[in-house]
Amino acid sequence: MKTPAAGALPGAPLVELVDVARHFDVSPPWLNRMLEGKPRALLKAVDGVSLSIARGETLGLVGESGCGKSTVARLIVGLYRPTRGEIRYGGRRIDLDGARRPVRREMQMIFQDPYASLNPRWHVSDIVAEPLLAAPGEERLSGPAIAARVAELLEQVGLVRADGAKFPHQFSGGQRQRISIARALAGSPKFLVCDEPTSALDVSVQAQVLNLMRRLQRELGLTLLFISHNLAVVHHVADRVGVMYLGRIVEVAGTKALFADPQHPYTRMLLEAVPDLALTGKPRTAVAGEVPNPLEPPKGCAFHPRCPYANERCRVEVPLLKPVRRAGADAGEAACHAVEEGRLARSPTVRV
Amino acid sequence: MVDALLAVTDLRVEFPTRHGTLVAVDGVSLSIARGEVLGVVGESGAGKSLTGAAVIGLIDPPGRIGAGEVWLAGRRIDNLPAEGLRRIRGREIGAVFQDPLTSLDPLYTIGRQLTETMTTHLKLSSSTARQRALDLLGEVGIPAPKRRFDHYPHQFSGGMRQRVVIALALAANPKLIIADEPTTALDVSIQAQIIALMKRLCREHGTAVMLITHDMGVIAETADRVAVMYAGRIVEIGPVADVIHDPRHPYTQGLMGSIPSIVADRDELAQIEGAMPRLTAIPAGCAFHPRCPHAFDRCRRERPELMPAGATRAACWLVAA
Repeated sequence: MKTPAAGALPGAPLVELVDVARHFDVSPPWLNRMLEGKPRALLKAVDGVSLSIARGETLGLVGESGCGKSTVARLIVGLYRPTRGEIRYGGRRIDLDGARRPVRREMQMIFQDPYASLNPRWHVSDIVAEPLLAAPGEERLSGPAIAARVAELLEQVGLVRADGAKFPHQFSGGQRQRISIARALAGSPKFLVCDEPTSALDVSVQAQVLNLMRRLQRELGLTLLFISHNLAVVHHVADRVGVMYLGRIVEVAGTKALFADPQHPYTRMLLEAVPDLALTGKPRTAVAGEVPNPLEPPKGCAFHPRCPYANERCRVEVPLLKPVRRAGADAGEAACHAVEEGRLARSPTVRV
Repeated sequence: MVDALLAVTDLRVEFPTRHGTLVAVDGVSLSIARGEVLGVVGESGAGKSLTGAAVIGLIDPPGRIGAGEVWLAGRRIDNLPAEGLRRIRGREIGAVFQDPLTSLDPLYTIGRQLTETMTTHLKLSSSTARQRALDLLGEVGIPAPKRRFDHYPHQFSGGMRQRVVIALALAANPKLIIADEPTTALDVSIQAQIIALMKRLCREHGTAVMLITHDMGVIAETADRVAVMYAGRIVEIGPVADVIHDPRHPYTQGLMGSIPSIVADRDELAQIEGAMPRLTAIPAGCAFHPRCPHAFDRCRRERPELMPAGATRAACWLVAA
């Protein structure tokens, strides 16, 4: 069991999700259900997501609040158990009882809020050393070796050795996020799940952290799942991008192809909504409507009430991800009846 | 500058502490013309929100306006007693804040909040106020205003709440709206809707806006002119297109370069080393000099004032040379 990825199958994607779902029971308390006749309520936070992440690749996952992107992250690292579906790592299922242990140290997570994710009462060196101390007996480093490794990690993320003796409150938001990254890298992981790692940071600090993450990924050959609501950030870091809406992936493709020629009407809408910094004066489509209540998602395609191309079929039949034709490598897939039937204007951007 | 709606001169906001007085806004001067949208952009701690709060007299003690003047439509308002300021807030200056829930009273229906604002400031009868409130709700895009009139804030989504707050800010027909991060808490598709709404309404009503945000994209879409703030001071101010396409201050240049884009392919984002100084340790001379790639001797000794630099004005010794 000491070999990495415990006998990974060659050629298999590093991480694979097959029809993964996670439902939350958000029913009112039993007494209210009895007295007021309220029904049970099921929140389908993630409802049938399939995706794969190749070794060394960065997959970006975008979507608006409540679309289920953070739940996907938590399912992969094992903070939630899937209600349905399979999660594979190196070709092996890890969602079953006890199957996660051999690979647990190979994946790490970086959270959004660098204020909440570091213990305020610990020295930075203890925070960064914690994954090293959690190593199983025969792999555990000696005290001096741990101290040396912590110093090396701090320098790797652009801090200095002496910072280890400080407490988290002595650092700014960007520096705290560097500490989180150092902690995540301590156990030499192969796969990092980053859930909005720069959303709490100012743009100039965000640029520092994004540059750092790209450099580390290249140097260490990491595989990344990068979750963000910010399309520009995802465009900058990701090789491939998946777009989520109400618990499903509606489009996934290579970053270039997706941004140059978005297919799904929701992807087009998101791209249109990004403020235009170049001041080209292109008319911006103000999209009507809001994300529906996830407790009562629309029938058929969840996007149909907001979609200008919706027809009868969209209102009844849930669209599945199907390959699309477009220029560029990795043309990807989209889950849209209109795209499949060729009902959509093929212009790169919709002007509704 | 004579016909400016709002004129702020040499504004200084300070916080007395045990270890001396901290200066959070230092010598800020700006003006907004009638119907103009002035963007105020900067990173956390730049002093942009405090500048807005000083204009509407909402600096929380122990913070105080240490120096400077605020003039609204030819009348000095920073030295008014609390009661006088209260009458100006809502009537002549409306406010939209980041979190719509903090601007709305959870215990009152939105209809009551709107009509109360109008009857307080405009001396309207309750039936006229009700009709005007319904019109406003329709105008800001609340579907079925008649039904929604009697709903409480918690019954609205985030985007709809921000629409209600905008209706509330416009209720008494103010000349100026201070909008502090009005779209930051919203998803990108809702953000686009709210920006379009604010632009349209302010144009129709002839309302001037001071738009405070950290998001250069929102400024680019909305503002006529923009002021870039750093460590309590304006470092560059000018027409939006010029500041974005041809920034003259090294901080503005760094800021623009560090914004990722959905169009351009860049391997590395431009990076400004370090972080904004804390209020307790603002460097002497130009506050940006420790992070500035072009800093020279004079920057460390002397503090630059805003001076003409192409189409904008920048506080930098480079443009003086």
